[in-house]
Amino acid sequence: MSQVSRAKPYLNPYLAGTLLGIVLFLAFFITGSGLGASGGLNRLLVYVQNAVDPDHIDQVAYLLKMAGGNANPLDSWIVFLTVGTIFGGLISGLLGHRVKIETNKGPQIGTATRWIMAFIGGALMGYGARLARGCTSGQALSGGAVLSVGSWAFMFAVFGGAYALAYFFRKFWN
Amino acid sequence: MANFPLPLADLFGHWGSYVVYAIIGIAFGMTLEGAGFGNSKLLAAQFYFKDMRVFKVMFTAIIVAMTLIFLSSAFGLLDYNLIWVPPTYLWPGIVGGLIMGVGFIIGGFCPGTSLVGMATGKLDAIMFVFGVLFGIYMFGETVSRFATFFESSYMGRFTLPELFNASYGTVVICVVVAALLLFVVAEKVEAMINDEPQQKLPGWIKPAAFALVALAAVNLAMGQPTSEDRWQAVAAESQARLDNREVQISSAEFLQYRDDKKIKIIPLDVREERDYNLFHLRGAVHVPLAQVQAKAKELHFEPANTVFVTISNDEAAATEAWKILRAESVPNIYILEGGINAWLNTYAGDSPDNAERVYNRQEDQLAYRFNAATGARHAAAEPDPDQLDLKFEPKIILELKRAPTSGGCG
Repeated sequence: MSQVSRAKPYLNPYLAGTLLGIVLFLAFFITGSGLGASGGLNRLLVYVQNAVDPDHIDQVAYLLKMAGGNANPLDSWIVFLTVGTIFGGLISGLLGHRVKIETNKGPQIGTATRWIMAFIGGALMGYGARLARGCTSGQALSGGAVLSVGSWAFMFAVFGGAYALAYFFRKFWN
Repeated sequence: MANFPLPLADLFGHWGSYVVYAIIGIAFGMTLEGAGFGNSKLLAAQFYFKDMRVFKVMFTAIIVAMTLIFLSSAFGLLDYNLIWVPPTYLWPGIVGGLIMGVGFIIGGFCPGTSLVGMATGKLDAIMFVFGVLFGIYMFGETVSRFATFFESSYMGRFTLPELFNASYGTVVICVVVAALLLFVVAEKVEAMINDEPQQKLPGWIKPAAFALVALAAVNLAMGQPTSEDRWQAVAAESQARLDNREVQISSAEFLQYRDDKKIKIIPLDVREERDYNLFHLRGAVHVPLAQVQAKAKELHFEPANTVFVTISNDEAAATEAWKILRAESVPNIYILEGGINAWLNTYAGDSPDNAERVYNRQEDQLAYRFNAATGARHAAAEPDPDQLDLKFEPKIILELKRAPTSGGCG
C-alpha cells in the first residue's frame, strides 16, 4: 500500500475489532444507545435546510419531526456523537501520521471518476440508510450486538448488495 | 441492581449529557481510523476477498460487545430492557440494506467510515460525505411517496432469541463460535486469493478467543434475569411505595391528566375480557393480566411524557400488573385507586344504566351486574371533568425516562 513513510500501519483487525467492541459496549452500558453516524449527518443537514428554507421544513412530515416549530435539529445526542467521531478520526490520524490530502482509488481510474463514484455511492448510502433507519454503525454494528432481528437481516442485505455488484465494479478498485 | 444504563440527563443535565456522547464519539472515531476504515481501497478490498478487514473488525466488535452486554445483564449490572434495540421494520431494512450495499461497492465507504476518511484528508471521503447528505436530502423529499412501505413489516423490538425460541445465552455463544470459525475461513480465503502463505496471527489472539468463548459460556450458565429476579431487585422500594399508597391515584387525578395535553395517559385495563366488555373507561387498552409482561416492551416505545394507569375491578389484579411492569423497568406506572368499582360508585352511583349493584361479592370482582355489554358507551365511561369538582392529593410525579427513545441513527 502506498503510504508516506512516516505513517504507522493500521491496527491488527482483531485488535481494532476488540477495541471497537469495547467502545460499543460502553456506549450501550453508559447511555443505553449504541453508536451511529447517518443520524447525525441527517440532523446537520436538516439544520442547514431549516436555516435556508424554514417554510419547506414545515411542509414535510419527515423533517418536521426534527426541526418543526422551536425544535432545534442539533439538540440530539447523535449530533454530538457524530462530531466526536470526526474529531476522534482526526486525533487517531494525527497520532498515526496518516493525515494526508489524497484520493484513494484503484489504479485504472482517474481522480475525477473516483470522486463522481464516491458521490453517487454516498448518495445511495445516504438514501438507503434513512430507508433502513440506520447505517452500518447504527443498524448492523449496534443492532447486531443487541441481537435485533431487523439489524441482522439488514447486515446480510448490505453485504449481499455489495458482493452481488462487486464483479461489475472490479475495474474501479483493482 | 441494574444501575446501568445511567440516567445521563439526571446526572449531567440536558446538554451536559451530550458531553458523554461526544467522548464516546471520539473513541468511536479513533477506533474506526485506527482500523484503517478511513481508506476506501482497504474497505473495498473486502468485496474482492483480498483483505477481509471490514468483516473481521465488524464481527469482532459485535461478538465482544454482545458478550459483554449480556454478561453484564446476567450479573444484574445492566438493564437490557432499557437498551435501545433497533425495532424491526423487516422489508424497509432489507431494501435499504441492499441499496447501501450497492452504495458501498460504488462509493467505497459507509457513513461512519467516511467521517474518519474526511477527518484524515481523503478527498474521496469528502465527496462521499456530500453524496450521503444529498441522499439523505432526497430521502426527506421522497419518503412521503412510499410512506406505507416505509412503515411496513413492523415487528417492534424483536430479537434473534425470540425468533429462534432459544435463550439469550445460547444465541450469544452460537454467534461467538460461528464468528470465530468464519475468521479462520477468512484467513484461509485471503491467503488463497492473494496467493501468499497464511499470515501468522499475533500470539494473543487464540487466548483471547478462548477467553471470549469462556465468557459466553459463563453467560449461558448464569442465564438472563427472570421476571422474578427483576422484581426481587426492586421489591423493597416498590413494595414500600405500594404500602404507603404513593402510586394509587384517585379517579379525579386520572381525569385531570386525561385532558392534559402535556401528559399522555394510557389506561391499561387488566381485567378479563367479559368484564372489559361490560364496562370500561373510554380509551382503556385491554391487556389481560397474563399478557402484561409481553406488553411491557411495547410500552417502552411510548414517549417520555406517558403515564400508564393499571385498572382492575378493585385493586388486586391492577397491583399485580403494576409489579410486573415495575420489574420490567417501565417508567411512570400508577394504579387506579379503588378500580372500576370505585369509579362506578363515584360517577354512576348506586343505579347506573343497565346495571344493578351487587353487595355480596369477592375481592376484585365487578360490583355491578350489567344486563348488556356497554363497553365504553356507558355514560360513566367518560365523565366530563368540567362538570365535576376535582379535588385530589396529587401523586403523579413524572420521572425522567432512562430508556432511549432513539438509538443507533437517532
